[in-house]
Amino acid sequence: MSQELLEIYRDMVFLRVFDEEWKRFSHMGRVGNVPLTWGLEAVYAGSMRALEAEDWVFPSYRETSASILRGVPAATVLAMERGHPGGWWDPWSHNVAPPSIPVGSHVSHAVGYAWGTRLAGLPHCTIVYFGDGATSEGAFHEGANYAALTKAPVVLMCNNNGWAISTPVSRQSAAATLAAKAEGYGMPGVRVDGHDVLAVRDATAEALARARDGGGPTLIEAVTVRTGAHAAVDDPSLYMDQEAVERERSKDCLARYEQELQDRDLLDEDTRQRYHDEARSITRTAMQEAEALEDPLPGAILGSVYAEPAATIESSGQAFQEERR
Amino acid sequence: MERDQRVMVLGQDVGRLGGVFRATAGIQERFGGDRCFDTPVSEAGMLGTAVGLALAGWRPVCEIQFDGFCYPALDQLITHVGRYRQRTSGRAAMPLVVRIPYGGGVGAPELHSDSPEAYFVHAPGLKVAVPSSAADAKGLLAAAIRSPDPVVFLEPKALYRVAQDPVPEGDHCLTLGTARIARRGDAVTIITYGAMVPVAQVAAQALAEEGMEAEVIDLRTLKPLDEELVIASVAKTGRAVVVHEGPRTLGVGAEVSALLAEHAIASIKGPIVRVTGYDSPAPPSLLEHKYIPSPERVIAAARRTMEL
Repeated sequence: MSQELLEIYRDMVFLRVFDEEWKRFSHMGRVGNVPLTWGLEAVYAGSMRALEAEDWVFPSYRETSASILRGVPAATVLAMERGHPGGWWDPWSHNVAPPSIPVGSHVSHAVGYAWGTRLAGLPHCTIVYFGDGATSEGAFHEGANYAALTKAPVVLMCNNNGWAISTPVSRQSAAATLAAKAEGYGMPGVRVDGHDVLAVRDATAEALARARDGGGPTLIEAVTVRTGAHAAVDDPSLYMDQEAVERERSKDCLARYEQELQDRDLLDEDTRQRYHDEARSITRTAMQEAEALEDPLPGAILGSVYAEPAATIESSGQAFQEERR
Repeated sequence: MERDQRVMVLGQDVGRLGGVFRATAGIQERFGGDRCFDTPVSEAGMLGTAVGLALAGWRPVCEIQFDGFCYPALDQLITHVGRYRQRTSGRAAMPLVVRIPYGGGVGAPELHSDSPEAYFVHAPGLKVAVPSSAADAKGLLAAAIRSPDPVVFLEPKALYRVAQDPVPEGDHCLTLGTARIARRGDAVTIITYGAMVPVAQVAAQALAEEGMEAEVIDLRTLKPLDEELVIASVAKTGRAVVVHEGPRTLGVGAEVSALLAEHAIASIKGPIVRVTGYDSPAPPSLLEHKYIPSPERVIAAARRTMEL
């Protein structure tokens, strides 16, 4: 039990350190404009802890780094953010689908996958992550509707951090809560404190258990407050009230959990330091690995678009070859 | 579906009703509600769900009720379906089919008579097939279902109740990317597909009576395009007419014309002429005959290729 609590902490520390590091890498030009997850550690570490190994994850772009908690190599994630095709991972090697850059349209992928596995008699569940802004997309609505109709074993995890870039959730929806939308689809909707890692874990575990028992999908709204930038290239001072930011920062999920573990004598300073050092070292080594990848071959542009390319596609390839001569 | 347990049908009213055109009649009775699934009214959701089903090992065959209702599904087709294979370094295939009854000539309301093929041809990662006969409908659909790549399958609804050709018994599967010479000739090549094939044939018959033997090429698949057959035919005839219902600008006719300009310019003896719908929405049904290419327009175009 205490081991699990420490592992959760370690995951949170990893995400925190990784986020700070890749923001720095981005400002140095070593990766592109990466999405930030400062303050979301409890949502990701908590919910992913509740998953079984064979369960599938459908991340949005913001969960690209959290995919590392499921086993996707940090170097692969950083290669993707460098714009290297080596970042296109095999979904089956870690049961993690490719991160969806467009907002909301991957919800139905998770639903179809979950429904498809149930039809095939497989026992596993699926979780899909998306933000508060995604709930305004028609694609979210259609996915949620299908999920409930097919009783798909899927958890719809809405990471409501209060902001869609500069648009506050109050301008995103007039609903009292985003979880309340679940009722309209005929599925349970749960609101959980996204700063409380164990509460997130438990809410996810409950939803997964229901899904495994044939009870269908659950919409979880994990409520957090973003206090920093949307991505490495963003200026939140243009749209966030700095006083409110300071107030909210003091509610940091990682500091809160750290205090909880220390109060229960489960975490000493050495361990705390070791986890931070380890995370930093993994991240920096991974960045070096991602940078040590050979330059991508132009063949990757056309190479994996079709399984059976045939004439038209080959002649566009021919043009490609001729232009390079 | 008997041959491959992974094939499943999805669509609005495809179950008990058998689809608005009865294309799936009897399938639900025979294979059950899971393998012939009546979806909610939700084209984008259906395609997104099909992406997930494909990842789970199924081979979804999705039916869109009418051409004009396929546009919500374009989001999934462009942003995900056509990109998924590359996004996973070739690991995740998208063996799904989207069947769309398309085209005019049946006196339907607005958004029931569109020819949207160019959108799909332009989207990387998709293949596009259009049969012009009952036999090809069977052979191309089998090829589409067995293809590891996603295929948009456009069914000319003007031919649903007209095509009378015999359907081959048993297994009949064509190869995507292989066009067909529907009529042989040496004076001009008429390149077309779908519901315009019979129109081109009527025109070719009339031209033959004037002593001008037209070769009619039925493209069968618009992507991949059988470039070799098209180029070889025009190299022989030196003249080309491209016929399609969809709007003219950047339509399939533009692509075929460019292809000929790039690869057959030395053989071309006259202007390449397009006979197409216009750059307008498909018109109300009483004006359709002025919009959809007619044999007369094709004949006039063939004569124009002689003018240089």
